[in-house]
Amino acid sequence: MTPADPILSIDHVSKEFDVSAPWLNRVLERKPKLYVKAVNDVSLTIPRGSCFSIVGESGCGKSTVARLVTGLYSTSAGEIRFGPGTGGRPVRVQMIFQDPQSSLNPRWRVGDIIAEPIREMKLRASEEETRERVDDLLRIVGLASDDVAKFPHEFSGGQRQRISIARALASEPELLVCDEPTSALDVSVQAQILNLMRRLQKELGLTYLFISHDLSVVRHMSDRIAVMYLGRIVEMAPAEDLFTAPQHPYSRLLLGTIPDIHAPNRNRELQGGEPPSPLNPPTGCTFHPRCALADERCRREEPQLRDRGDATVSCHAVAEGRARTPEEKET
Amino acid sequence: MTDIPAPTPKIKPKTRSRRELFFDSDLWWSFKSSKSAMGAAIVLGLVILAAFLAPVLSPQNPYDLAALELWNAELPPVWMEGGQMPYILGTDVQGRDILSGILYGTRISIFIGIASVLVSLVVGVLAGLTAGFYGGWVDNVLMRVGDVLLSIPIILVAILVSSVAQAMLPPELREAGIAVVLVLAIALYSWVQYARVVRAQTMVERRKEYVQASRLVGTPARRLMLKHILPNTLTPVFVAATLNFGLAILIEATLSFLGVGMPPNQPSLGTLIRVGNQYLFSGSWWIVLFPSIQLCILVVAVNMLGDWLRDALNPKLR
Repeated sequence: MTPADPILSIDHVSKEFDVSAPWLNRVLERKPKLYVKAVNDVSLTIPRGSCFSIVGESGCGKSTVARLVTGLYSTSAGEIRFGPGTGGRPVRVQMIFQDPQSSLNPRWRVGDIIAEPIREMKLRASEEETRERVDDLLRIVGLASDDVAKFPHEFSGGQRQRISIARALASEPELLVCDEPTSALDVSVQAQILNLMRRLQKELGLTYLFISHDLSVVRHMSDRIAVMYLGRIVEMAPAEDLFTAPQHPYSRLLLGTIPDIHAPNRNRELQGGEPPSPLNPPTGCTFHPRCALADERCRREEPQLRDRGDATVSCHAVAEGRARTPEEKET
Repeated sequence: MTDIPAPTPKIKPKTRSRRELFFDSDLWWSFKSSKSAMGAAIVLGLVILAAFLAPVLSPQNPYDLAALELWNAELPPVWMEGGQMPYILGTDVQGRDILSGILYGTRISIFIGIASVLVSLVVGVLAGLTAGFYGGWVDNVLMRVGDVLLSIPIILVAILVSSVAQAMLPPELREAGIAVVLVLAIALYSWVQYARVVRAQTMVERRKEYVQASRLVGTPARRLMLKHILPNTLTPVFVAATLNFGLAILIEATLSFLGVGMPPNQPSLGTLIRVGNQYLFSGSWWIVLFPSIQLCILVVAVNMLGDWLRDALNPKLR
């Protein structure tokens, strides 16, 4: 299913990292070259003006996807295509980073940090206009205009994340890649930042690629969600569908981990195990060592993504009808 | 998007200047509360001031051969029998006033120290930034060159460089050129330390998210290095520079003592010590003792400041 007006489409993209020992060690100890496949054959399409989320455990490759989209990493295989930008110019992509401590240069004043994209990309003709724009941006994200002269250490985590957002907005982007923008913040501050981001999306017509491991945050923000496991997308579905009727066993495992204030002692399907090393991924379906539904075929054969209604799932058990949703089991 | 109401009325931004920030900083506070740092700074300040006011303060111009009187040779300090004014610390075998020699010699030592620190600082910081930022073979080449240089004892390198250079310089340039050669010989060795410090810090900083954010808006590599990474690597460099300043003065003194440094007609502290050393056993101990004390005071003061700076800038000790 391809939306009518995609702002971004990722087509069978993979990214390998060379994690080999240094050359001399390889020669002396006869070690082979080692590669980690951080992202493996990922395809997705993001419609303009929506919020697309990627969730998964740490190390599953979601941040790598973010950096591939922004161009900080180059792809090993596959293609990343952007739709036409407004006014015929290419789509501008900006990024909001996870750690507000390290995403702002500690030696720069806030005004210079926010003005940097404007100055580098020569978006304003004069220094006066640049200063006005910085002033506007600060007010848009809810900071005061006399904050320009302060240094990042004079702000709290949430305020720094607001500065980060202002900097990202400074270059007038259409697609914002948010790499766990709230996971370093307190819960109360998280809500403020998320509400700010939603308001900005509405007002500026932004598209978000939202990366998180926090499922409640994702549910609040997204239109469509992709679940990643060990570099692959295992399930992609509209946000509410994924939360009410997850299909892939891994999605169910993830949703089962969300604490529920109304049913603190509810009966959970317990599944142990840790994600295997991406250096040496399991054969067949990479999830099979942790999956209760795994059989001989799962161990042997890699499942492909298949459309099921609005969702796309890559699981033999789901395709064969062996997997039943928890509600179906209860009846 | 400008229809959002301003949360605060427009106030004139109260910008704090760098100077205000400095006097409000932890560093200044730590300096004020450290007796040894204050003491070292005062001593160092006095020594430097006296050295640069040498033409005003000193009773005699030791470079002026006409001012030397041979019957004033080997006079002891004034408080001893036979000592006379204005030769407070006595004179050497040619009738040169020791105090004047020390003041002028300190000036030369400090000049060579500062110049060699500056040269090695610039070379080392640029090499370290480049190596740390680009990595790969650039890093390998630069750092292996540094390793090789460090594996040769500095005194040998400096002796080699300065004696070869002295032989190669035309005679009319030899006098003026020798200071430059000394500076380069010392810098040749000490840039490696700055390069290592800056390289390590650069490798940490270049992965930080603020550098990636700046990359995203298309900032070229040169600006990334100089405007983003460099300011964040300078703290340990300041410490290294201070400690190396003391070291450079010592190396210069050693070279001059060995006879490959400053010539006797332009004596640095090391040259004074070498000349005086020859008369130690003939009883004229003041010729060697006072320049040695001055060298000690200078280097100890610099090192105490350096040690304080290292502790004050170390976040783990706060």
